[in-house]
Amino acid sequence: MPDRLDVRKTYKLYIGGAFPRSESGRTVTIDAADGTFLANAARASRKDVRDAVVAARKAFGGWSTRTAYNRGQILYRVAELLEGRRDQFTAEVRHSGLGAQAAGREVDAAVDRWVWYAGWTDKIAQVEGASNPVAGPYFNFSVPEPTGVVAIVAPATPSLLGLVSVLAPVLATGSTAVVVASEPHPLPAVTLTEVLATSDVPGGVVNLLTGHVDELAPVLAAHADVDAMDLTGIDGDATELEQAAAGNVKRVLRPPAGPVDWEADPGVERLRAFVETKTVWHPVGV
Amino acid sequence: MPEPTWTYAPAPESRDVVTLRSAYGLFVDGAFTDPTDGGSFKTVNPATEEVLAEVAQAGPADVDRAVAAARRAHTEVWGPMPGRERAKYLYRIARILAERAREFAVLETLDNGKPIRESRDVDVPMASAHFFHYAGWADKLEHAGFGAEPRPLGVAGQVIPWNFPLLMAAWKLAPALATGNTCVLKPAETTPLSALLLAEVLQQADLPPGVVNIIPGAGDTGATLVAHPDLDKVAFTGSTEVGKAIQRQLAGTRVRLTLELGGKAANVVFADAPIDQAVEGIVNGIFFNQGHVCCAGSRLLVQESVVDAVLDTLKRRLGTLRLGDPLDKNTDIGAINSAEQLARITALVEAGEGEGAQRWSVACELPEHGYWFPPTLFTDVSQSHRIAREEIFGPVLSVLTFRTPDEAIAKANNTPYGLSAGVWTEKGSRILWMAQRLRAGVVWANTFNRFDPASPFGGYQESGFGREGGRHGLAPYLRSPDLRSPDA
Repeated sequence: MPDRLDVRKTYKLYIGGAFPRSESGRTVTIDAADGTFLANAARASRKDVRDAVVAARKAFGGWSTRTAYNRGQILYRVAELLEGRRDQFTAEVRHSGLGAQAAGREVDAAVDRWVWYAGWTDKIAQVEGASNPVAGPYFNFSVPEPTGVVAIVAPATPSLLGLVSVLAPVLATGSTAVVVASEPHPLPAVTLTEVLATSDVPGGVVNLLTGHVDELAPVLAAHADVDAMDLTGIDGDATELEQAAAGNVKRVLRPPAGPVDWEADPGVERLRAFVETKTVWHPVGV
Repeated sequence: MPEPTWTYAPAPESRDVVTLRSAYGLFVDGAFTDPTDGGSFKTVNPATEEVLAEVAQAGPADVDRAVAAARRAHTEVWGPMPGRERAKYLYRIARILAERAREFAVLETLDNGKPIRESRDVDVPMASAHFFHYAGWADKLEHAGFGAEPRPLGVAGQVIPWNFPLLMAAWKLAPALATGNTCVLKPAETTPLSALLLAEVLQQADLPPGVVNIIPGAGDTGATLVAHPDLDKVAFTGSTEVGKAIQRQLAGTRVRLTLELGGKAANVVFADAPIDQAVEGIVNGIFFNQGHVCCAGSRLLVQESVVDAVLDTLKRRLGTLRLGDPLDKNTDIGAINSAEQLARITALVEAGEGEGAQRWSVACELPEHGYWFPPTLFTDVSQSHRIAREEIFGPVLSVLTFRTPDEAIAKANNTPYGLSAGVWTEKGSRILWMAQRLRAGVVWANTFNRFDPASPFGGYQESGFGREGGRHGLAPYLRSPDLRSPDA
């Protein structure tokens, strides 16, 4: 018998800045790679998906009109707080079957990834935007704008770095997100929402669902108020999800064609994936 | 005293510059050929209902042949060719188009029904300019920001609409060819002739066989093309309904897709706008090309305090528009492109009347033959009316009002589309405020319906994804260095 019994955490959803249980009252048992019981995480339902989309839509106006500098400050703050909880995250990431060193490396890479994308917020418009030399007396410029509400199926592994790699670029360009966490290893994602909640990321900008991908992804794919979908975490055939996504012409990032090197330089492709180029014309004259 | 009536003498452009053949084949692998399993169809002049020519229709085996020719050309010739050589072919095409501009303008007007003034001043010069612009990109791709060694996708299947037949062909072909892809292009059923004349230009330019294949046909030819298993890329411009069907069809494949779909653009006029200029912009916004424009300013939002002044001026201006022979250089409003489209416009206008909006049409005489619809506007329109929600694709304007800038934004963005929008105001800060909030791919401020090869064009939401024009227009035809994104 230990001298003192642990106070365990209830792993809940993160919707609109709050931490509700699933409205369905259901949970899924999460075990470590070695089979040890870890937690009963919430098993989100169709209704939870809808609530999350409503929260993400509500948050979009405010988040997308923050200055890019401010978004950068906030994402950098996420990195700071994540760094401060390095040991906690390392312990949770280890449950996905990694050794202490590998888990620590993954957490470090996740921190660095937030820093990388924090720095992009006020640069992407200069890289992706343009002043266009049209053949006439007009000033014409193009800017990348956030797509809107992006549904993300995070990769199963790496449980933390994979999530951060798909979430941070969506936030950096000003979209809001509904994320389906890694199905086998959702605990680091849930703990990350605690970091987000205390990093000045406004409620509703990130909404995180745990549970069965098969159950949640189709609802997101068919949801008419979701503007885009990142299927990176879909392992296998995404045909039906892509078909459903066509219902409102969602921008779809297909599952990767092969293994992804999550530690490699991520480039700008994920930033490009969920922006809309807006071009503005105005006559020049006296 | 009544205002004097000024009359115009007829000023028709001569048809002699165009030699129409009685029949046109498919353009596959550098030569005109008969279809193997397709049939043929007639293309008519919508202004007169005169049959212009019999055009071959590509069947499944013809689509196969065209894709195979494009694949071969990509692997053997066009893919390996240095960018500077591809560039010179595109420059040649641009130059020949300019040399034969008058011929193209007349042919386009005959087959499409648009006023010669527009085909002469917009469609044809812009098509040439598009090839010229992208020619210069062909040998500069490594500097375009898409990785150190940008590579083409391969074979592109491209399906284009009937509203700007030659120009849309140029928008599709020029960036695809510049980036080293080869193409199978399907022009629209009602307007195949300018694309087939373009095939002659490609022959004059000595473009290697198979680099561009042009296969006329109806919707089923397009459906066969976009479903072809040996394509790497599909680019479609047309209705949102068909665009969704194509997106569904390509689900689960690795074929890259760009869609340029419908629109229901808001054209927002503030009380401080110069009314005469705004009215010109409104007219250009919705009556350019008979309203057969996906980015047409079909929802006019006028600030309440000036709605009477704007409508009075607008109606007076519409009364001076000349509707009639598209070949006449004084014509402002040409023919509706097809009987089918005329029926669609008529049905939606009837729905507008049925739902209680007030219709006002220009009292002009419509020609006896052909497909015509008078410039029309609706007042007392509510946001729930079909004429305020659905794309009419005709010369029909729905007028709504607003009081505050916030209300203007809310109404303007109250649509599943998001292709374009217009703003009219003298206040600079308000223009930028509006431009930031309008959810549309193109925002015209104190102007409307401007296009340029260097200017990215494309939609938000159900108006599609991907951009055509400028550096952005290269992305849909290049491999992503590390992943496949929806439009980049």
